[in-house]
Amino acid sequence: MQNIFNFLANPSRFRLFSQKYYSYTLFIMFTFIFLGLWYGLVNSPPDYQQGETVRIMYVHVPAAWMAMMIYLSMTIMSIFALVWRHPLADILSKCSAPIGASFTLIALVTGSIWGKPTWGTWWVWDARLTSVFILFLIYMGHITLVRSFEDEYKGARAGAILTLIGAFNLPIIKFSVDWWNTLHQPASVIKLDGPTIHIDMMIPLILMALGFLFFYFSFLLINVQTELNNRKLKKLFIQNFSVKH
Amino acid sequence: MVVLKTTRKKINKMNIAKIKRRKRLSILLLGFIAISISGFLILSASRDSLIFFYSPTELKEKQEIIGKIIRIGGLVRENSIKLKEQSEIQFIVEDGENYILVNYTGMLPDLFREGQGVICEGKIGEDSIFIANKILAKHDEKYMPPEVAEILKKTGKWKGEGETNDY
Repeated sequence: MQNIFNFLANPSRFRLFSQKYYSYTLFIMFTFIFLGLWYGLVNSPPDYQQGETVRIMYVHVPAAWMAMMIYLSMTIMSIFALVWRHPLADILSKCSAPIGASFTLIALVTGSIWGKPTWGTWWVWDARLTSVFILFLIYMGHITLVRSFEDEYKGARAGAILTLIGAFNLPIIKFSVDWWNTLHQPASVIKLDGPTIHIDMMIPLILMALGFLFFYFSFLLINVQTELNNRKLKKLFIQNFSVKH
Repeated sequence: MVVLKTTRKKINKMNIAKIKRRKRLSILLLGFIAISISGFLILSASRDSLIFFYSPTELKEKQEIIGKIIRIGGLVRENSIKLKEQSEIQFIVEDGENYILVNYTGMLPDLFREGQGVICEGKIGEDSIFIANKILAKHDEKYMPPEVAEILKKTGKWKGEGETNDY
């Protein structure tokens, strides 16, 4: 494991690695999402309370999981970036943020569309919904903060500190439904006393979650390639510029 | 002698890098502890305002909220929904220990049913009847096909709202 990390720590080696493998992760992503959508929309039963409306879950819940998972990985990368000054950690964190923000937005929008028919409202300011909205704001803040510095290194450092402070929102999101009275129902899948969701609804949920996970991997690899290319271009431009004048 | 000097320099450099790394890690740890403590204090201090709704039992202990706009939540008692006048309904919200009468006029969400969770926004009138101006349906964390729910009800394994079923 240590060797793999050391091997990928080198940015140019990581670029070769991502160029080689992102088509595979894209393929796995499409397979899982196709299977998950088919199982969720065609093969799974309607809910005993909500009927067909429950199918929004197969997009909403995996998107919300990914929103938190990506933030968690950004937190770990930020620790690596701040303590060990890892050259790739900053780039990975910077490239993860827009994907995480997109998943958060998807979770918020699909949750809103799901809330109207079931709860009777598009939006309420209960602890779960508010904390996820704050997560979205932190993602947006990270995206702008990292890009607002002339010096990439300073921007990455500010972003890493913001990520670590924002990480305290993660347990609040997860446990908000247990700590406070909320309109949002408690967890159905990830909980101590086992899932309270029928197996035919759990399978498409897991399939979609895996599809979204590989969506993250694919677009992270593509984003990192773009970022490394941009940095190389910038370097070349500066070198040429200084030679001519 | 020269070789010795360079190696000593190298060792010193390594040590400095290590010490710096340890320093950064300890700053992070200290920050982590400080923010967790302050976060815990903030959250526990603002507990009341973070609550989205009160249960009928919590309502009994809070007499000062009469006349203020609040939200209450609980289960709609079975066979308690009554049509009073034109589109005005009355029902009972209970939490197992206490209950409260609710009056409401307006649109109801699809999931508003007897035995289901509900959240009502409004205020308590002087006759201690809750006058709601907004009703939200709350659903639980159980998802299953209707046939499975039927079977569970038939075989008596249905434990009702708030408790978990194992299947």
